[in-house]
Amino acid sequence: MTSVLLIAESDEHGQINQATLQAVTAATDLGEAEITVVIAGEAPGSASSLAVEKVVTISAIESADVGIYEQVTADLAALVSSTNPDVVIFGKTDFGSVVGARLAFRVDAAFASDCIDISGTGKPVSVTRPVYGGSALAEFEIASSPAIVTLRVGAFEPSTVTGSPAVESFSSGTTAEQCASVSGTVVEAREGVRLEDADFVVSGGRGLGGPEPFSVLADLADVLGGAVGASRAACDAGWIDHSHQVGLTGKSVSPDVYIAVGISGASQHMAGCSSSRAIVAINKDGDSNIFKEARFGVVGDWEKILPPFLATVRELKA
Amino acid sequence: MTVRIVVLAKQVPDPETPPSQFKIDEVTNTVVPSNGVPPVVNGFDLNAVEAALQLRDAGADVEITVLSVGSNFVMDAMKKPLAMGADRLVLVDDEGLDQLDSAATVKVLAAAIAKDGPFDLVLGGRQASDWDQAHVTLGLAEVLGLPLVSLVQKLELNGDLIALQRVIPDGYQIVAAPVPAVLTITNELGEPRYPNLRGIMQASRKRPEIFSLDDLGLSSGSIAPKLRLKRLFVPESNQQVELIEGEDEADSGKKLALRLREEKLI
Ligand SMILES: Cc1cc2nc3c(=O)[nH]c(=O)nc-3n(C[C@H](O)[C@H](O)[C@H](O)COP(=O)(O)OP(=O)(O)OC[C@H]3O[C@@H](n4cnc5c(N)ncnc54)[C@H](O)[C@@H]3O)c2cc1C
Ligand SMILES: Nc1ncnc2c1ncn2[C@@H]1O[C@H](COP(=O)(O)O)[C@@H](O)[C@H]1O
Repeated sequence: MTSVLLIAESDEHGQINQATLQAVTAATDLGEAEITVVIAGEAPGSASSLAVEKVVTISAIESADVGIYEQVTADLAALVSSTNPDVVIFGKTDFGSVVGARLAFRVDAAFASDCIDISGTGKPVSVTRPVYGGSALAEFEIASSPAIVTLRVGAFEPSTVTGSPAVESFSSGTTAEQCASVSGTVVEAREGVRLEDADFVVSGGRGLGGPEPFSVLADLADVLGGAVGASRAACDAGWIDHSHQVGLTGKSVSPDVYIAVGISGASQHMAGCSSSRAIVAINKDGDSNIFKEARFGVVGDWEKILPPFLATVRELKA
Repeated sequence: MTVRIVVLAKQVPDPETPPSQFKIDEVTNTVVPSNGVPPVVNGFDLNAVEAALQLRDAGADVEITVLSVGSNFVMDAMKKPLAMGADRLVLVDDEGLDQLDSAATVKVLAAAIAKDGPFDLVLGGRQASDWDQAHVTLGLAEVLGLPLVSLVQKLELNGDLIALQRVIPDGYQIVAAPVPAVLTITNELGEPRYPNLRGIMQASRKRPEIFSLDDLGLSSGSIAPKLRLKRLFVPESNQQVELIEGEDEADSGKKLALRLREEKLI
């Protein structure tokens, strides 16, 4: 029997997010797992219909809003110390990355981030994670418990099974010292579908040569009801906001079609899109790495290829 | 009053190494150093050096110490932060220190900071491009018991407070933290400056201060790993690309659309 604490997160509509549903799949696959889902907030929300043993609510959400996940880290540390789970699972989101690491070092536990596979019965647990930007995979064994992990978003299918877990609440009785305080949030205005949820993504890279061509990509995304992504090089150049960056240190996307225009296909970029159903590459260099990852490709200048492509797509969609 | 800043910087294989030259020795589970591609200071750590220099540019009296834990240091690489304008280079240089897991790295960094400190700010990179963990700096904040703000893209020192912008998936947060604090710096801060000739000359005259594990009161036994590496390998890809070729590039573009429709992808 493997006891698992799965730390859930809600989306902006108060529903359990995709990263959490994916983590439920990973935890269930451990076999003979007894899964407890932990969620910050007064009510369990849609967590109460997950196919797990138990849902525990901790009411850290208000204080967490003031600092950077400080109260929730304190509450989870208390919960982990009192329940001694074998495995603690987070999604590799902003929340999971910060709280997972802090929790691991606070309770002196092993931590593995951005895992794409996890197996074992608790003692020991094995995890696989991409390293060197995705050029290699590393398999680690964690003998001590708890093993605290974050899972790469998109590495597991979201769970669709439902259940009726027991619901409890937990209070750590501690008040975290407020270290950093957040006084405001500036959000990049977004039109259309969220990049992370889009079924179609067209991304531009350094090969676009400037900011203007991104409007052609936006037209294409519009026609196909998709979203625009970018490589880090394009974002760093200031051609498009960083919130569009796809990759290891950007967003993870898994659309039906991912079109990479003027992107060389560095492993760190592919880390964010390799779970797409089909990758399509448009690049003038036939030797570039993107053609090793793509299912369809055109070798040539995007300026000549993209307009007729867009026009034909428009006709097909009309 | 001088603000003492320590920037954590790791020596890593150049992440721009072409994939064809990326090789792994599957017996020792290590990356084979590629011929002719020297190691570099981790990119995000240069962003952290840049962040420290920006505080100086803004008028603060800062002393910038660069701290690295490892083995087989290549001075040409490690002196780059000095050439950019950092003041000191401190190396914890001992056998096997390039193979540590994050728990052990945090222990050694904390011991070095205890010996060389106190510091007002600890700046780390967002993540190291070898193991891509993104948690050494976060763990260090826990061990040092200091406030932590990750993914900083902008910073301004106002006495005992530091005003920050922290990158979140769709924008940024406006954050204030008391000093001393631990920050991780991300590339959104902007490109690290290029060293100028004067900087390069000054850096070439500076000598690193070197500590061994012993100097820090640590032994290899006291930094046992929590993660055991079982296997390191290059994943196989069997993706075969179907290249669409028309009469000219425009025709290829059109054919690509038709092909994707045929596959019911659009
Ligand atoms: C730790 C770390 C994390 C990283 N995280 C990310 C990340 O999250 N996301 C990311 O994208 N990168 C990331 N990177 C950077 C990554 O390694 C690459 O440097 C980056 O992805 C390159 O972007 P690019 O493909 O746009 O540019 P380049 O590699 O310069 O490629 C440009 C391509 O455009 C093609 N081209 C030029 N002109 C034309 C034309 N007219 N028509 C068609 N094609 C043309 C060229 O043939 C070339 O292949 C990271 C790097 C590190 C070290
Ligand atoms: N051996 C090391 N020496 C100095 N700094 C390090 C070392 N390892 C990690 N760091 C710092 O911690 C950051 C995050 O590293 P990591 O958690 O390994 O991805 C890096 O960007 C560095 O700033």
